[in-house]
Amino acid sequence: MQINSKSQSSYFYLIIVSIFYLSGCTSGQLSNVESGNEAQILHIGNGTEPQDLDPHIVTGVTEHNILISLIEGLVSKHPENLSPEPGVASSWDISDDGKIYTFQLRDNAKWSNGDQVTAYDFVFSWKRALTPDLGNQYAYILYPIENAEQYNKGKITDFNEVGIHALDDKTLEIRLNHSTPYFLGILDHYSTFPVHKPTIEKFGDISTRGSEWTRAGNFVGNGPFTLKEWQQNKIIIVERNPNYWDADQVALDEIHFHPVDQINTEERLFRTGQLHITNSIPPEKIDTYLNDSPELIKIHPYLGTYFYRFNTTIEPLNNAKVRRALAMAIDRKLIVEKITKGGQTPAYTLTPPNTLGYTSTSAIQYDTNRARELLAEAGFPDGENFPELQLLFNTLDTHRLIAEAIQQMWKKELNINITLYNQEWKVYLDSGRTMNYQISRAAWIGDYVDPNTFLDMFVSNGGNNRTGWSNAEYDNYIAMAALASDIETRYQYFQQAEKILNEEVPIIPIYTYSRVFLKSPAVQGWYPNLLDHHPYKYVYLEQVNTDN
Amino acid sequence: MFRFVLVRLLQAIPVLLIVISITFMLVRAAPGGPFDSEKNAPPEVIQKLNERYHLNDSLITQLSDYISNALQGDLGPSFRYPGRSVTEIIFTGLPVTLELGLYATCFAIVIGLLTGLIASYRPNSWQDYSAMTFAMTGICLPSFVLGPLLILIFSIWLEWLPVSGWNQFNGDKILPSITLGAAYAAYISRLTRGGMLEILSQDFIRTARAKGLSETRVILKHGLKGGLLPVVTFLGPAFAGLLSGSFIIETIFQIPGIGRLYVQAAFNRDYTMIMGTTIFFATLIVVFNLISDIIAAMLNPRITYKGKN
Repeated sequence: MQINSKSQSSYFYLIIVSIFYLSGCTSGQLSNVESGNEAQILHIGNGTEPQDLDPHIVTGVTEHNILISLIEGLVSKHPENLSPEPGVASSWDISDDGKIYTFQLRDNAKWSNGDQVTAYDFVFSWKRALTPDLGNQYAYILYPIENAEQYNKGKITDFNEVGIHALDDKTLEIRLNHSTPYFLGILDHYSTFPVHKPTIEKFGDISTRGSEWTRAGNFVGNGPFTLKEWQQNKIIIVERNPNYWDADQVALDEIHFHPVDQINTEERLFRTGQLHITNSIPPEKIDTYLNDSPELIKIHPYLGTYFYRFNTTIEPLNNAKVRRALAMAIDRKLIVEKITKGGQTPAYTLTPPNTLGYTSTSAIQYDTNRARELLAEAGFPDGENFPELQLLFNTLDTHRLIAEAIQQMWKKELNINITLYNQEWKVYLDSGRTMNYQISRAAWIGDYVDPNTFLDMFVSNGGNNRTGWSNAEYDNYIAMAALASDIETRYQYFQQAEKILNEEVPIIPIYTYSRVFLKSPAVQGWYPNLLDHHPYKYVYLEQVNTDN
Repeated sequence: MFRFVLVRLLQAIPVLLIVISITFMLVRAAPGGPFDSEKNAPPEVIQKLNERYHLNDSLITQLSDYISNALQGDLGPSFRYPGRSVTEIIFTGLPVTLELGLYATCFAIVIGLLTGLIASYRPNSWQDYSAMTFAMTGICLPSFVLGPLLILIFSIWLEWLPVSGWNQFNGDKILPSITLGAAYAAYISRLTRGGMLEILSQDFIRTARAKGLSETRVILKHGLKGGLLPVVTFLGPAFAGLLSGSFIIETIFQIPGIGRLYVQAAFNRDYTMIMGTTIFFATLIVVFNLISDIIAAMLNPRITYKGKN
C-alpha cells in the first residue's frame, strides 16, 4: 500500500484534529467548581448511589446527605455546636418530668407543592416509620416514645396507644417512656422526617416498601431544596425550594450529588475541579495534601470509635484479666500517628471525649508492665501456654495494617501469638452476629450526640453487643441513666457504667474517628461538628482566585 | 442454517436453567444476608423484611418461584434499591455498558488488526517485534493500572480529557473505551498475526502471488478472509466479556453501567439483582457465541451447520 508523503501528512493532521475535537479541548471548558461558584451550584462527592430517598427505608450516611436537603424534621441543629434549633416546629414545651413534648408547628411550613405541613402529617409519618410491615431498619430511633417499640414489634396494633398525637393542625404532642435528654437531638434524624401523605398514598399505602414516590417529578418534601433530577449511578440534582419557610436563608441554587464510590476517582475529580467537597480521601494522599495544600484538606472530629470486640464466651477471653492485659499492651498513639495519620485520637474508653459534655473519668491505661502482670495472674506468665488466638477484620488495607501493628505489640509486650484473618464485609458481619470469632475489629458511629448511643450497645443481650459479655450492674446503670431526671445524675450513672466497661474490657477502644475530606476554599458555611451534619441552608459559595 | 440456530437456542435453555440454579444456591450459601449491617435492626424488623421478600420459605420453593416469575419477565425488586425493579436497573445501565463495549470493540478491532497485519506482513522483523511487544504489554497490563495511567497522562498532566464521567464532559468516553479495549486489541493483534501467518504460507496464496497479484491485494482479498477466522470466533465471546468485564473500568471512570451494579450486588447480597444480572450476562454470552459461530461458518465453508464434522 503506497501512500504518498503529502496524503500521509494530511492523515496525520486529520488524526490530531479529531483527537482535539473529541477531547473538546477540555482546558477551555469551565470546571464544575468554576461554573458552580458563579451559579451557586455545589458539587458534592457523595460516596455511593443512595438506596432510595425514602427516609423511612434508607439506612446510610449517603442518603442522609441528600435527605437533609429535601426534608426537614421538627427540630434542626445549629451548624456549629449542634444545639437544637427550630425546624418545622417554631417552638416546643417540655413538661417538668421531661416526658411530654408539645411542639408548635410554624404557620409558614409548606410542602414543596404548596400544601401546609401539619401536625397530622407527623402523626401519619411516624406511624408509617413504625409500621412493622414497612421494615424500617431505623425505626428504633423512635423507641423512646411511649409504646412505639411495642407497635413496631407488633405487640400492639392500635396506633392511638402510641404517644404521638396531633392536638390540632399546629400542635403535636409526644409522650415519652421516660425523660430522654437527647430526644430533641434525634428529631433531625431522617427516620423522624415527615412524608407527604397524599403522595405516599398516590403510589401505594402506608406499608408499601419501595414505591415510585421518591422519583424526580413525584417527590414532595418540605426541605430547603426539591428533587430536580435523579439519574441512577450518575447524579442527583436538587434545586432551591421556593415554598420552604426559610427560603431567604438559602443561598445555593442547586446541589449536585455525585455518587463516586472509588476514592481515588473522587480525589481526581476534586483535583481537576469537578467537585467542591469529597466524601473521603485516599489515606496515602493525606500527607501530600497536608504538606502541599493544607488549605484543601479538612480534618474534623467525628462521633465514632474504632474498637476490637472480644468473644467473652471462650477460653481464655472469658477471663477479664486476659482481656485487660491485651487492652493495656496496645500503643494507640503509635497507631494514630504512624498508620491512620488522619487526625484520629487514641481512645482509652468507648464514649468519645466531650460527648455532649460527657467525658469518661475512667480509662484503660497503656501500661505494658501491668499488662504482663495481669497476664501472669491469669496463669500465662510471659505468655506461656497462651493459646494462639485469631483476630478477624473486614477486608480493608487500613484494618490489616492496624491488626498487624497490634499483633506485633502483643508479641513484643506479652509474648503471645495472634493470627490475622480477613473476611468480606457481609461474611464478617455474619461472623460477628453469630459470634463466630475470637477477637474482631469493630466500629460504632453515634446516631445522636449522647453517651447513651455508645453505652447502651453493651447491655446484656443487646442486638449490637455481640461479645457475649453481660453484667447486671452495668445493665442497671444504663437503665437508671434512662430514668434519671437531671443530667448530672444521668452522667454519673454513665460514668459508673463506663467504669465497669473499662474494668471488664469486653472491648478494646483503639481510636476516636475523625472525618478527613477535601473541600474547596469556595465553600463557606461548612462547619466542623461531631456528627458531620451540614445543613445546606447555611452553605454558600464564594468566588476564589486559586484553582479549585 | 435455521435448524442449526434452533438447536443451539434449545440447547441454551438447560444451560440457562443450570446457571440460574447454581448461582441461586451459591449466592444463598454465602454467609451474610441483604439486611445485615453494622447496626443491627431489632430481630422483629428483620423477620418482617424476610417475610416480605419470602426469605423464610424453603430454598427450593424460592428457586421455583423465582424461575416461574423470571419466565414471565419479572426479575423482582432489588433488595438494595427497594424503589427499583431489577429489570429497570439493568435496562438503565445496559445502554451505557453497550455503548462502552461497542467503542472498546471498535478500538480493539482497528488497533488489533492493524498491528496484527503489520506483524504478519514481515514476520521476525522490527515491525513484528514492536507490534507484538505492544500486544504483550496490552495483555499483561491490567486495566486498573492502564486506566489510572492514561488518566494521569491525558487528564492530569496534559489536561486534554476529563478524568471520569460518561456523557457529562466532552471527550469523557475516549479513555474508558481505550482502557477497556486495550487488552482485547492485544489479543486480536496476536490472533490476526497467527491466523495470517498460517494462511500466507498456504498454496493458494502462493498461487495468487505467482499470478502476479499485488501484495496488498493478496493480503487484503485472499489472506484476510481466512486469516481473520480466529479473530471472528474470538470476537463473539470477547464482546460479551467486554460487557460483563467492564466493572473495573466503570468504577475507575465512574460510568453508570451494569458491570458496576453486578459486583456491588454481590457485595450487598442483593439476591435478586445478582440473579438478574447473571441471567442477563449468561444469555448474552450464549447469544454472542451463537452469532460468532454463525459468522465463522459463513467465512469458512469447512465448518458445517450439522456439527457432524
